[in-house]
Amino acid sequence: MSMPKRPFAITLDVGSSLANLTGSWRTERPVYVDRLPPCNAACPAGENIQGWLYHAEEGDYHAAWQVLMRDNPMPAVHGRVCYHPCEDSCNRRQLDEPVSIHAVERFLGDQAIRHGWKVECAPESGKRVLVVGAGPSGLAAAYHLRRMGHAAVIHDAGPLPGGMMRFGIPKYRLPRDVLDGEIRRIEEMGVEIRLNSKVENLVGLMNEGGFDAAFVAVGAHLARRVDIPARDAGKILDAANVLRGMETGAPPRLGRRVVIYGGGNTALDVARTAKRLGADEALIVYRRTREQMPAHDFEVEEALEEGVLVRWLSTIKRIDQTTFTVERMTLDATGWPQPTGEFETLEADTLILALGQDVDTSFMRAIPGVVFRKDGVVEVDRNMMTGHRGLFAGGDMVPSERTVTVAVGHGKRAARNIDAYLRGTTHEAPPKHEVVAFEMLNTWYYTDADKMVQPALDMIRRRTTFEEVTGGLDETNALFEARRCLSCGNCFECDNCYGVCPDNAVIKLGPGNRFRFNYDFCKGCGLCAAECPCGAIVMVPETI
Amino acid sequence: MTQRIKFYQTGTFTVGNRLLDAERRTVQATVDRSNSLTSGHRACQGCGEALGARYAVDAAMRAANGQVIAVNATGCLEVFSTPYPETSWQVPWFHSLFGNAPAVASGVAAAMRAKGRTDVRVIGQGGDGGTVDIGFGCLSGMFERNDDVLYLCYDNEAYMNTGVQRSGRTPPGARTATTPAVGNKPGAEFGQGKNPALIAMAHNIPYVATASIADLHDLEAKVTKAMAIEGSRYVHIHVPCPLGWGSLPRDTMRIARLAVESGLFPLFEAEHGEVTDVTPIRRKVPVDEYLKPQRRFAHLFRQPPDRESISAIQAIADRNIAKFGLLRQEGEV
Repeated sequence: MSMPKRPFAITLDVGSSLANLTGSWRTERPVYVDRLPPCNAACPAGENIQGWLYHAEEGDYHAAWQVLMRDNPMPAVHGRVCYHPCEDSCNRRQLDEPVSIHAVERFLGDQAIRHGWKVECAPESGKRVLVVGAGPSGLAAAYHLRRMGHAAVIHDAGPLPGGMMRFGIPKYRLPRDVLDGEIRRIEEMGVEIRLNSKVENLVGLMNEGGFDAAFVAVGAHLARRVDIPARDAGKILDAANVLRGMETGAPPRLGRRVVIYGGGNTALDVARTAKRLGADEALIVYRRTREQMPAHDFEVEEALEEGVLVRWLSTIKRIDQTTFTVERMTLDATGWPQPTGEFETLEADTLILALGQDVDTSFMRAIPGVVFRKDGVVEVDRNMMTGHRGLFAGGDMVPSERTVTVAVGHGKRAARNIDAYLRGTTHEAPPKHEVVAFEMLNTWYYTDADKMVQPALDMIRRRTTFEEVTGGLDETNALFEARRCLSCGNCFECDNCYGVCPDNAVIKLGPGNRFRFNYDFCKGCGLCAAECPCGAIVMVPETI
Repeated sequence: MTQRIKFYQTGTFTVGNRLLDAERRTVQATVDRSNSLTSGHRACQGCGEALGARYAVDAAMRAANGQVIAVNATGCLEVFSTPYPETSWQVPWFHSLFGNAPAVASGVAAAMRAKGRTDVRVIGQGGDGGTVDIGFGCLSGMFERNDDVLYLCYDNEAYMNTGVQRSGRTPPGARTATTPAVGNKPGAEFGQGKNPALIAMAHNIPYVATASIADLHDLEAKVTKAMAIEGSRYVHIHVPCPLGWGSLPRDTMRIARLAVESGLFPLFEAEHGEVTDVTPIRRKVPVDEYLKPQRRFAHLFRQPPDRESISAIQAIADRNIAKFGLLRQEGEV
């Protein structure tokens, strides 16, 4: 019997330490997670902002736009008019400045219009949905329904589609070729828009047209009035009608001196429009202070730059031809304006009321089951359905914040629920992931980078023309801005976990496939989680 | 110093970056890195030395097309990687004694030269104890003869393998088993110190550099540069030790980073005895931020804190910053 030949005192063959499974040391295990970026959480349209920025970072704008279009059919519009709550919640705010999400969105939207990018629709389902109102909510609902394979027919009372995007937002904020471009794309998908077609008998129309469900989003068009004692009152107009007149080829004559009463975005829009129409003086009278103004601060700032005047803490008490008596107000302890008894007068040719708008839902009064609030607003459940089965509603006519983006979000939510309804089920939104707080990030790794600034039109043209005030980013700047994204809570394949593991216990799966932990060897040190820039790894206690 | 990439989301700071050209990514970001020190080794959780060794040897392997022989001094790295009969090394690897690794590496290099194997490159490696204290005579001889060896020192600032005894690299104020935190002057003494990179420079060898696991791009660039040079080369790599320093395993990178950012561990490179480049501090921090997460300095922060010692440590950092010019001047890019 021969012994194997071995050097003296060596009894074992040399082997690899791969036989030693150090994973048994572990008390905590790292786990890859996808958390909810704060921008996505804040978006009223439910956009996957981090998701589309990920593609934009690579310069793949078409892929980025496709991801964006899953949630929002009008990026070029939103990149201009959305008040971007996403940026208010952006974690980069705590590092330097938020990512200019709207500027990148606008860039993508403009690229899509320029290159004629299209989206895919599912095969025809054979179901038909009636949409009432071609505003942002109705267009969004029709778009999403169409993508799901359903036929969608929109009826709108107006002469042109777009709703408040056209009749409420002035051209200098939203050029009409952009709006028309995005609406045309929706029509080219097969959505039928019937204009000048006011719906009076909704249920009748549904039966006649063979519709399986309906979505109503007629907006809020009735201008609120206020009683001001007046003798031989001069010209009094509604802001909504003034803005509407700008679009229908009947711009109103406003005179030299214009007073606007109100403090919302519409008051500023109409004041800035008056300036552009040649008014020497556009004066906003508002009963509270700038801080309390419901209008967005950047709009106030831009209006002031253009020469719009504001009289804070004032109410109009009396009108006598062109003489307006104004009472000074003061804020009480609760921040509410109280009269002071001090009066002044000012001269103006026209008064424009911008006191908000109410809904006109009288055509739905007879429909059984529909529940109305006192102001005519229609109640809907969390699936956007009214009390009448198969009848859904959204936009400004249901209880909510009244913005374009909220309306588009309603359209999407309604479409998903209508789709489920048509299939005889109920739509259940997947549970939301945990929102990423700044503290979950390791921001050491991000490069310092200041926000790109969008160009602005020069002041002379801003005061005299309806050209777009804010310009877009060029490709270089848009790419830079996209790359400022921290990718909160979602792996962007920076290889840090793969690189910092002292035990080679992270397996790299290749581009787009992220990584996997090798728990045979992971000792659970937590370096990967600590050094993950974007907070996409959590340590979970092992069970014994 | 590596070329800083101006702006790609995380620029040069993360290990990899899908937005960068492949050749500008690190060796560690690639799926085909050699993993010279592979899984199953018995280093503690969050070991900085295991990380530093893989970073450096993988970069050397890449530079030499996989033709590398490693000679290891006794120490943690040797013990945790090769408990008989297992080895974690995926390179030809040689261990002799605690103090003779540079001499053995010189011998291996001579043997390769005798065999005409110009393609094979030799690296020597060890911890600060085996390099800076026990093996220093052999190392100095290797430098003086300019033997064709790249020597890598993984500096964790004490004899960790034997139970955290003070070494020539233990920083002042640090508690070790042999410099306990008792008496009027707790921890290691504020003495003269020993800077092996500067001593290596005094031999006028072709290349000397300091590196940290906290800056992988910088570390890989230095090893790659060293591998392209003939003769004696020395790279001194700072590797935090969670066990010996009393820090959390997950904080290894953070602490390495804070050592660089505070100025306590300056990153520079030198050729033929002259400093040729420094890696500037990105976001300067006071030394407190580096010291506080480490239990070996906990006695400095008892109530009342030992401001005198902390100030003395800050003075060391400030001196490094001034000496090496670690703060970028206003307007410099």
